[in-house]
Amino acid sequence: MGLEIAFWVLDAIIVAAAVAVVALRNVFRAALALILCFLAVAGIYVTLSADFLAAVQILIYVGGISVLIILAIMLTRDVQQGSPSNRLRVPAFLIALIFLGTMTYALINTVWPVSTASPVEPTTPAIANQLLGEGGYILPLEIAGVLLLAAILGAIVLVREK
Amino acid sequence: MSIGLEHYLILSAVLFSIGLYGALAKRNIIIILMCIELMLNAVNIAMVAFSRFVTPALLTGQIFAIFVMVVAAAEAAVGLAIVIALYRHRETIDSIKTDLMKW
Repeated sequence: MGLEIAFWVLDAIIVAAAVAVVALRNVFRAALALILCFLAVAGIYVTLSADFLAAVQILIYVGGISVLIILAIMLTRDVQQGSPSNRLRVPAFLIALIFLGTMTYALINTVWPVSTASPVEPTTPAIANQLLGEGGYILPLEIAGVLLLAAILGAIVLVREK
Repeated sequence: MSIGLEHYLILSAVLFSIGLYGALAKRNIIIILMCIELMLNAVNIAMVAFSRFVTPALLTGQIFAIFVMVVAAAEAAVGLAIVIALYRHRETIDSIKTDLMKW
């Protein structure tokens, strides 16, 4: 029962915050709504008993990416211009609506092979075994490290003063 | 009614659609990047839901969500660096005025 209440509350927060990101005129307030959305997504991970991912979501998204976004908003000083829409507003809305309708139809009419087994708790040791253990995802993990290094170098080169 | 896989997947589809609309219809490049982050979060919710309800013992979906987060962090860093470099050169972050490579 508590899980259901938590799901619906987080659901409402996520959808409202996401609509606010798209609809708000003020770019800074849109960024704050985005942070609220990230926090609610972390709550959704908790309801899915993904404790490690919830912590990572708060550390990376709420702690890292939102700081980057707010820094970029401050550095570009276009806040007073707001976030206007372009000429594609109506087609984009229709495309999003059609996508949502198709996805909902497909999701509801598919029979998923739902398992009744209870989830692994806590997930951190199991994820560590999968990532670093025998026959796991050690090569993608190393590639992810190289990707992060390349991204950091690229960002530094892009914004460096001549 | 208990919360099942479909609830999470529909939440994910709704979040993805809102992000899709924003990414297609907005002019401010930072807002477009924020909407892309929304879409990546929607995909993560779907993958963690599959991991919880379809293969609860394997956690493959959560591993993939971690990799998506890594790529999202790299994308945000490089994307915002491009936005700042663009603003420095052209004094605008309006995607309509940024048409240097438009044929």
